[in-house]
Amino acid sequence: MSSHRRDLAFAALTLALFLAVTFVFPGFAAPRNLAGLLDDTAILIMLALGQMLVILVRGIDLSIAANLALCGMIAAVFDRAWPGMGAGPVLALTLVCGGALGAFNGLLVWKLRLPPIVVTLGTMSIFRGAIYLLSKGAWVNENEMSRGFLAFPRIEFLGLTLLSWLALAVAAVFVIAMRRSRVARDLYAAGGNPEAANYLGIDAGRMQFIAYTICGAIAGVCGYLWVARFAVAYTDIALGFELSVIAACLIGGVAIAGGVGSAVGVVLGCLFIGIIRSSLPLVGISAFWQMFINGVVILVAVLLSARQREFKRTILEVRA
Amino acid sequence: MRPANLLRWESMLAVVLVVEFIVFSTISPYFLSVDTLSDATFNFTERAIVALPLALLIIAGEIDISVAAIIALASVAMGLGSAQGMGTAGIAAVGLGTGLLAGCINGALVTLGRVPSIVATIGTMTLFRGAAYAVLGDRVLKDYPESFAIFGQGYFAGPISIELALFALFAISFGVFLHRTRWGRTIFAIGANPVASRFAGVAVNRYRFALFALTGLFSGLAAILLTSRLGSTRPSIAQGWELEIISMVILGGVSVWGGKGSILGVVLAAVVFGLVTFGLGLMNIPGIVMSIFTGTLLILVVAVPALVNRR
Amino acid sequence: MEHLLLTLTDIRKSFGGVRALERASLDLARGAVTALIGENGAGKSTLVKILSGIYQPDGGEIRFDGAAVRIADPQAARALGIGVVHQECLAFDNLSVAENLFVNCQPARRGLVNWGAMRAQATAVLRDLDADFDADLPAGRLSIAQKHVMQIARALAHESRVLIFDEPTASLSQRECVELFRIVRKLRDAGCALLFISHKFEEIFALADRYAVFRDGVSVSAGNVSDVTGDALIRLMVGRPVDQLFPKIETTAGAELLRVERLSRAGEFEDISFALRGGEILGIYGLVGAGRTELAQVLFGINAADSGNITSKADIALVPEDRQTQGSILPFSIAANIALPNLATLAPRGWCRSHDEAKLARHWIERLAIKAQGPAQPVHNLSGGNQQKVVIAKWLARRPGVLILDEPTKGIDVAAKAAVHAVTSEFARDGGGVLMISSDLPEILGMSDRVLVMRRGCLRGEFIRGQATSENLLRAASDA
Repeated sequence: MSSHRRDLAFAALTLALFLAVTFVFPGFAAPRNLAGLLDDTAILIMLALGQMLVILVRGIDLSIAANLALCGMIAAVFDRAWPGMGAGPVLALTLVCGGALGAFNGLLVWKLRLPPIVVTLGTMSIFRGAIYLLSKGAWVNENEMSRGFLAFPRIEFLGLTLLSWLALAVAAVFVIAMRRSRVARDLYAAGGNPEAANYLGIDAGRMQFIAYTICGAIAGVCGYLWVARFAVAYTDIALGFELSVIAACLIGGVAIAGGVGSAVGVVLGCLFIGIIRSSLPLVGISAFWQMFINGVVILVAVLLSARQREFKRTILEVRA
Repeated sequence: MRPANLLRWESMLAVVLVVEFIVFSTISPYFLSVDTLSDATFNFTERAIVALPLALLIIAGEIDISVAAIIALASVAMGLGSAQGMGTAGIAAVGLGTGLLAGCINGALVTLGRVPSIVATIGTMTLFRGAAYAVLGDRVLKDYPESFAIFGQGYFAGPISIELALFALFAISFGVFLHRTRWGRTIFAIGANPVASRFAGVAVNRYRFALFALTGLFSGLAAILLTSRLGSTRPSIAQGWELEIISMVILGGVSVWGGKGSILGVVLAAVVFGLVTFGLGLMNIPGIVMSIFTGTLLILVVAVPALVNRR
Repeated sequence: MEHLLLTLTDIRKSFGGVRALERASLDLARGAVTALIGENGAGKSTLVKILSGIYQPDGGEIRFDGAAVRIADPQAARALGIGVVHQECLAFDNLSVAENLFVNCQPARRGLVNWGAMRAQATAVLRDLDADFDADLPAGRLSIAQKHVMQIARALAHESRVLIFDEPTASLSQRECVELFRIVRKLRDAGCALLFISHKFEEIFALADRYAVFRDGVSVSAGNVSDVTGDALIRLMVGRPVDQLFPKIETTAGAELLRVERLSRAGEFEDISFALRGGEILGIYGLVGAGRTELAQVLFGINAADSGNITSKADIALVPEDRQTQGSILPFSIAANIALPNLATLAPRGWCRSHDEAKLARHWIERLAIKAQGPAQPVHNLSGGNQQKVVIAKWLARRPGVLILDEPTKGIDVAAKAAVHAVTSEFARDGGGVLMISSDLPEILGMSDRVLVMRRGCLRGEFIRGQATSENLLRAASDA
């Protein structure tokens, strides 16, 4: 199937990029550095997998980073108020909050059939503003965070942080579920041909709701992970990060028209962007170029995808 | 295209405007002074000038969320030009030219590249704003010639600023163009049904390209006004403006699905919006809280009609 | 022995103000093929959607195996054992053929999708249908005809006691039709109750045991096929004798208006050559997927050909196949729709005057007898026939030399059909050239001076009026 071929080609491209960087900077391939690379890219991987679900059903979620930031602040404020609860309750709290925020997006898109771009553009600002209201503009600093809260993502096991393991686990679940779970296959159908899906008993709008809720829940948990990893919470965390997430999805082969995309491709897309991001300082390019590069990545990915999508009614038969 | 419900929308906006005046002048006695009102206009003129072509674009069934990024890019380009020693005329040309070029890039992506405008302008938004950051980093450009300040800080006649005069001029021009000429009619048709328009012999892609280019050009103009008023350029200039400009257009009664809207509505919405943000600013409410208001307003404006139609 | 498996009694269904089904009744017997006959708009497809759980009836009763049931959604239909092959092409281009067959009902093992079983079952069904494509192919690579075969496979992939086929042969080749009939007979002999919707009488008389006729949402007749003739069926369908429908006006052919030489467009049609003269009505017949619409769109200028020549001194107009998405802008008024392709003449220097637009619209409303409240009425409020008249009006207002009509009377009532034919004939009489694409044999035979037949993108035959018959047209259009 052509999507496997595409993933293979992109894997080769990512590998080639990696080898190129390593050729110039041999230290890049050191295990310590690779572990760091995975740790840096872990949150992007999880967010991009969530965003993939939304794009699959012909939606988009511009509020994903704002969701992350709001839930991160909620986590920090919760921890400040009840320190010593450890990571468990915080994880549960952010999962639920993120899911609720995502469900809000999903409800507007499903029940009122509002365009996703307008909904998530609006909720993006509402969520960010809510952070300010919650924190009254103040930062939550490292010294206000409890030990258990901060330690969770950093726990090391077999050379990788728990954060990295979490990303790997989520990726593994997605790779399996996208292929084998009936809900996931329904998402593909709903995104590929919503009218036909409705005829066959799949409520395409409800699929969108499910996608937005899962995406939001992932964003919520990542909010806690982000705040714990960087040991600070304030209004502007992850500002603009939604564009990196979307870039990773698009370069990873997720079609903006819906119905096409693989978890493997998305993970590769994240690694691709992650490798570029880590190699920038090595080459002497300032981090300020990151956004521009994301822009190039998005545009190249959508141009290539648009060429593929040329729809033609084939009269002449396809011999099997 | 003046169906009954649009007239109702514009009337509603006019009522809201009047209510605003009453509320704000009750809160602050200074509100109704000519100077205050003149100051208040700066809150919307720059955004509203972009809202005009953007309204045409949305009526034609497309969207452009890179407008704020184009403003940033044009501003950076002007700052660089100024640093090279260009005069005011040259700087303004650079601003307009950058905006026009950026708009053409958007237009090419959508018409030639066949990329849906949502994702094309997400890409260019990232690209243009990214370019601004890449070039400037955390620097600020401040060296503009003195005469440059006239665009954003100058007055046309009495309390009417040059910005306001320009906005009024363009509002009237766009209004006539959209509602009275055959090209305006065609824009409505393209938004209502691009396939049928094509089958009626309309060169749909040519219109789309032109509208993106126009939006870019006016974003460049807004960059001139804004940069001139602030006297400086930083890569975060006009951050978040895409939300506000789109909200102005949607609040003005332009349908997100295309094919419906009026310039009068957009003008009223711009004034309503500008006054509210000015008023909130007077009450020292920080910008980020104002964006909750903008986001909620945007969602309400599209959700309420959808809710009503569901019955 | 006759056992009624599914009975519908007095089903009512309205959409907005439009009554699609008024008093529809139907009996499906086990082990029999029942043909459902009716003109476009008679309510057949609405009934199918009710039986497949997509719509809910406003009134009436459905009984399955004696018990009253409510088919709430497609899953409920499937649970009852009702399988449907819809008229619309319900294909998921992004999924494999195998997965297409099992959307929303994948074989599962321990809650997870069982791809092996899915492939195996899909392959078995495709083999049964003698399909020429694999279960692993992405459905996007199939042709329209193959997608229709795939839909039939979808209905057959599940154990069904009732099978409904809504115009299944519209785009099938002769060979594929034979296969389909073989399967239908096999299912009938196995005890299925089959509902077969078709407007091709040859199929009905070859395949069906019983018939039911719908007209304007009401069941008008039912009985055994052996007890009825084709003419009787037509009378029941239409309610009036047929020969009123084609007011053919004799014309003399004039100068050549359009010449097409070896026109080709990859994947759509190849090596098309013909000429059209003023005063001539050239019919183009073919099955769905023959490439006629694509040819029309290239002639009009929507798409460009890859090779070949089009020579024309005349302005070419196209009345497209889909009057709702391609032909008109539904939310706009009649005046706005008619004005759109005529803006250059209505507003030469740019200024639009609604007075002039209204005047133009009123002229055509009267000329074509469009039943409307006035030029400002939105087109979506009009009936299908009147909508089509608006589409035709907007092009006639341009005074083109060549008028291309793509399925101009599909889905419109008989009176409007006659009006469209009358206008077309008058256009030809006044010197214009007409290219009429139609799948309706009586229409093509009644209207055309010459008929071209296309099959799979190629020209397969040319017949002069008088030479052309239903048999030789159909034979040229299908596989030999």
